[in-house]
Amino acid sequence: MYNEKVMDYFEHPRNQGAIEDADGIGEVGNPECGDTTKIYLKVEHDVITDVKFQTFGCAAAVASSSMATELIKGKTLKEAWDLSNSAVADALDGLPPKKLHCSLIAEGAIHAAINDYRTKRGLEAWKEKKESHAEH
Amino acid sequence: MNTEKRLVYMDHAATTATRPEVAAAMVPFMTSTFGNPSSLYDLAKVSRTAMDGAREEVAVALGADPEEIFFTSGGTESDNWAIKGIAFAKKAQGTHIITSVIEHHAVSHTCEWLKKQGFSVTYIPVDCFGMVDPADVEAAITPETILITVMMANNEVGTIQPIAEIGAIALKHGVLFHTDAVQAVGHIPVDVRAQNIDLLSLSSHKFHGPKGVGALYIRSGVELDSLIHGGAQERGQRAGTENVSGIVGMGLALSLAVKGMPENALRITALRKRLTEGLLAIPKTYLNGHPEKRLPNNVNVVFAFIEGESILLMLNRRGISASTGSACSSRSSEPSHVLTACGVPLEVVHGSLRLTLGEETTEADVSYTIDAVKEVVQRLRDMSPLTPPELRSQP
Repeated sequence: MYNEKVMDYFEHPRNQGAIEDADGIGEVGNPECGDTTKIYLKVEHDVITDVKFQTFGCAAAVASSSMATELIKGKTLKEAWDLSNSAVADALDGLPPKKLHCSLIAEGAIHAAINDYRTKRGLEAWKEKKESHAEH
Repeated sequence: MNTEKRLVYMDHAATTATRPEVAAAMVPFMTSTFGNPSSLYDLAKVSRTAMDGAREEVAVALGADPEEIFFTSGGTESDNWAIKGIAFAKKAQGTHIITSVIEHHAVSHTCEWLKKQGFSVTYIPVDCFGMVDPADVEAAITPETILITVMMANNEVGTIQPIAEIGAIALKHGVLFHTDAVQAVGHIPVDVRAQNIDLLSLSSHKFHGPKGVGALYIRSGVELDSLIHGGAQERGQRAGTENVSGIVGMGLALSLAVKGMPENALRITALRKRLTEGLLAIPKTYLNGHPEKRLPNNVNVVFAFIEGESILLMLNRRGISASTGSACSSRSSEPSHVLTACGVPLEVVHGSLRLTLGEETTEADVSYTIDAVKEVVQRLRDMSPLTPPELRSQP
């Protein structure tokens, strides 16, 4: 069902775990299948210096959360905010069509973590675009 | 991939390997004595005689007469034929069908389809062990009721239903009783007379026979419409040239399964208990189905904080073939209707694992599986945001 890259990120997830003194934490649950992902960020001068994730869910949810953390590490918060679930799926060399929605959860958790960081610093939370990436 | 990987097949409820002696017995009916049983020459007679033998073997296994056994393409066709066949044959008398909430889709989707044709269906609930209460079945009977269909043993949680009691109720009220016995036949004793069963579905590949063949037992005197029209095969009830090799294989496989049943059931039940105990030693792990009244080979548990597909894929990498009730496969995916009906809470229902043992399962397989499941559950719990600190390997 999954390609080897997805299986690799599922079996050997990069950046799995928690950050004790995280600057931003975001947790999102997907009511459709019960998946939950939690993202922990360390931020310096608007750049993500460290990121960890925890996921409850299927292999697609785990692999896309892990891949998403790799893609945003070292990036600015704005760049991380703009990471789409389809870019994550592409970086995994694709997900089965029925599993594409599982990659949305990482995007949502990153957004939640960024806004947690921003609001903790008295900044305005960024708004989700009206056109969500949910369509696939 | 590690080529020395151990292979442990723990999904016998999904299908079983055809026994080598069964496969060998089937071959001549494809290669040498391949005649069409409907033909008149000697070659065809060999096929007819072999089919008669298989019919006898299936009848003996059920406590039925050979004339009451009709060969089909498998459990799904048998279920469809029994339910639709009775519904359409009896619709002048009534249009109400009683079934349970934990049936296989071959039954429940057939009932759903009949609802669209104007029939009404009552779904009997189950208790937390997946057990139907016969009193609920009796209370649901109306003057319109034409059929009760309740499975003999559940495919997911293994719970064995009070079939004789439901059969007695059906008889008392003059309602026909069908049971989907696909998971039961060849694994637990079946007696259609003692259990008052009018129609019974079975499938060959669940008891080490070939796939693509099954049977429907129809008590003599019960009339139902045909599902498949055409030639006069199966006494004009089920058209199509018979799957002779498959039928021969099924007959032999079933007689071998029945012969070995007392010994196998004891041995496999002991393995099941060891496996169950080993898995329940993992914290926050719960058994699904009835603790005692269940198929000898079925273990079904839920692990809190983790998800079923992930468990399966990690077990697969360790050579273990298993199954889950969780199916995060589509946007509208829902947890198993059986586990939900048993009242398994939403927060753990996604973490189910079904392991079904077989004749070839060894003590070593059980030990290996317990160790592998423990390791996989811990890895996934370490990965999950829902796991409380005390259950993490590095809090």
